[in-house]
Amino acid sequence: MMTPGSEAELAEMIAGANGPLCIQGGGTRGLAVEGEALSTRGLSGIELYEPGALTLVVKAGTPVAEVETLLAAENQRLAFEPMDHRGLLGTDGEPTIGGVIAANISGPRRIQAGAARDHLLGVRFADGSGQVVKNGGRVMKNVTGYDLVKLMCGAHGTLGVLTEVSLKVLPRAEAAATVTLTGVDLPGAVRAMSAALGSPFDVTGAAYDAETYQAHIRVEGFRESAAYRSAELVELLSPFAMAEVQEDAENLWRGIRDVAAFHEREGDVWRISVKPTDAVELVPHLEAKALQFDWGGGLIWALVPAGTELRSRINVPGHATLVRAAQEVRAQLGVFQPQPAPLAALSEGLRRQFDPRGILNPGLMG
Amino acid sequence: MEMPSPNPAILARKARLAERLLTVLPADAVIQDEAETRAYECDALTAYRCPPLLAVLPRSTQEVSDVLRICHEESVPVVPRGAGTSLAGGALPTADCVILGVARMNEVLETDFENRIIRVQTGRTNLSVSGAVEEEDFFYAPDPSSQLACAIAGNIAMNSGGAHCLKYGVTTNNLLGVTMVMMDGTVVEIGGAHLDAGGLDLLGVICGSEGQLGVVTEATLRILRKPEGARPVLIGFDSNEVAGACVSDIIKAGVLPVAIEFMDRPCIEACEAFAKAGYPMCEALLIIEVEGSEAEIEHQLGLITEIARSHNPVELREAGDADEAARIWLGRKSAFGAMGQINDYMCLDGTIPVSSLPYVLRRIGEMSQEFGLDVANVFHAGDGNMHPLILFDANKPGDLETCEAFGAEILKLCVEAGGCLTGEHGVGIEKRDLMLYQYSEADLEAQLKVKDVFDPKWLLNPAKVFPLSVTASRRMVALAAE
Repeated sequence: MMTPGSEAELAEMIAGANGPLCIQGGGTRGLAVEGEALSTRGLSGIELYEPGALTLVVKAGTPVAEVETLLAAENQRLAFEPMDHRGLLGTDGEPTIGGVIAANISGPRRIQAGAARDHLLGVRFADGSGQVVKNGGRVMKNVTGYDLVKLMCGAHGTLGVLTEVSLKVLPRAEAAATVTLTGVDLPGAVRAMSAALGSPFDVTGAAYDAETYQAHIRVEGFRESAAYRSAELVELLSPFAMAEVQEDAENLWRGIRDVAAFHEREGDVWRISVKPTDAVELVPHLEAKALQFDWGGGLIWALVPAGTELRSRINVPGHATLVRAAQEVRAQLGVFQPQPAPLAALSEGLRRQFDPRGILNPGLMG
Repeated sequence: MEMPSPNPAILARKARLAERLLTVLPADAVIQDEAETRAYECDALTAYRCPPLLAVLPRSTQEVSDVLRICHEESVPVVPRGAGTSLAGGALPTADCVILGVARMNEVLETDFENRIIRVQTGRTNLSVSGAVEEEDFFYAPDPSSQLACAIAGNIAMNSGGAHCLKYGVTTNNLLGVTMVMMDGTVVEIGGAHLDAGGLDLLGVICGSEGQLGVVTEATLRILRKPEGARPVLIGFDSNEVAGACVSDIIKAGVLPVAIEFMDRPCIEACEAFAKAGYPMCEALLIIEVEGSEAEIEHQLGLITEIARSHNPVELREAGDADEAARIWLGRKSAFGAMGQINDYMCLDGTIPVSSLPYVLRRIGEMSQEFGLDVANVFHAGDGNMHPLILFDANKPGDLETCEAFGAEILKLCVEAGGCLTGEHGVGIEKRDLMLYQYSEADLEAQLKVKDVFDPKWLLNPAKVFPLSVTASRRMVALAAE
């Protein structure tokens, strides 16, 4: 494994590579491709943290845990609540901030605060020729030139290897409260979550567990505010099912974020993004062994028998990612949803521009 | 600002081009009379004007596709235009271009409150998007100052912001999907009502690409339920430093106001003379707005005023009712009008790290003396997006040039301080030639490569965003293909 200790060294290694490279942060997200491993773990450390400006600049290989500890000391956090894939995939290792950004990993708060890409202010990366490029910066509003920051976020290292990222961070809420609806079916849960998300109470999480028939709706803020909003939501949602407030549900939301319900259970795991109300129509077609829902119903986690080709069963607009499966199943079905021809052509064109030799995580995204 | 000289070969085929366009558009959608094309000679950067060869006003995605296919075949540059409110010259024509205006495409295609989205044609104005969902107490969050007039098409092209983006984000954070026509006429759909479009984030790079990658004809936008209420507080300080420190302390305390607006003394004086909002005469004024229920507002304002008091404000005024709230906002909202009363002005748009605010304001003050032109500063303090207004006299020979030179120095200062050239207005032609202050040639080359993929002939809005010298060889390829 190549583990460069500086951006310059990393760029040199890419320029000198003569075969496919498998780009890795902590290697916890199960996305490794065939090729020589190139790890960003040697690029670690905080470059700048200004709590009063809500900005953090950090090298790509920095462990997420280190970032979270640093922010917590100032009562701040990464608001997009990145998922930890280790429990679901059975991987070990230390997730890095660069991995989170490269894969645009977001959690339950994505519906309110936005995805990882919405918090990314700037990047430095080395492209497939070893050319170092910067884009964006460290300020919250920046429309200077094209937004390659977004393009790099979610490119899974196929357009370049991230060396440094600038992030917008947000205050950590003083308190959270969760309203739990019990004994509700999926159509009822989606209607209830839509009502909650369409209320003025600034819901920061709306998930449904199809195995326990419980919907969970989270509000966060100052203590009095969380109490007030959760009480209002109980009233709003009582017509849908029995509604109760849970004060401290941190573990519950960590479980939702990390899809704990599917840990150590047999089968492939798919992640499907659809319009929330489409979930109701879609779900019977999936024939899944088990289902979990987040984002008001718009994010579906499906546990299916190993080797199931799920995409052909999806009859509504959206996209499906194969998150957990054996290597040969992933190779056969593809991890990511194939794009319609004109978009696939654009994506291929971009990959060819940024990685003309096709050596960065080849084949991972198309 | 230099613009590329028009291609005589294109000028010579105006009649043929018009004839071809008339095969796909109704007669009233092709504007070729010189008196009428003049209506499209500039946007809100009025110092620069040039009537286009032709202007077209399609009504559908299909018509846009037909127009672009023809222009692509004819190798004619196309400048897309929303409502023409760009302050950066984003919609400035060249004499050999076709202006493609989307103003006639202003329908609401779908509102869906359960899924919290609206789909519109992009000629629709920003404010009327909120208007379409207001009855259900929803709104569209990005709120540029020009929201009454500006179109969603331009908002997407420039990734527009507004006063409330500290909490709600800018256009790119509220855009879920687009229907876009490529320069060769191909229609693509990206994203939709579901979250995270899938594949590479093409939506992310299209938003803010200043009409250089494609023409967005329809957009799926996120709509939000209105908060229960909102209320501002006005705080005056006797120095910019202290006001800046106060902003930083509020954010560090975990309060996230929906807006933090900052005005300096010249701006306060001008607004006061114009709007008579009853502002205190001091060095720096903050207007901070919070949202929520009555009790939540009380609580947040309590925290904010407690922090403010520790900085010895010269004035601290909470709005007791809606009238007082309106008075607090009155001056700020009329700031640009107030400046326009006094003089011609140029509005800049650099962003700086909030921590360097006192330094940057002090340097702007010094430069104001050096250049002999007054500056008033009004800006979104929570996110560091500055709007220095340089006052000049357009009738005085040389004043515009001095003003532009001064403006360029301020923007360079923003970059030196760790910020950027433009926070929400876009580069257009205005900041095009400063791009190499913020980015290296390699950084720009990476951006140009994106355009190569979307628009290989470099026909869409080709003279914008990047220094002409940097794009010359690519634009020549289009010419050589003639």
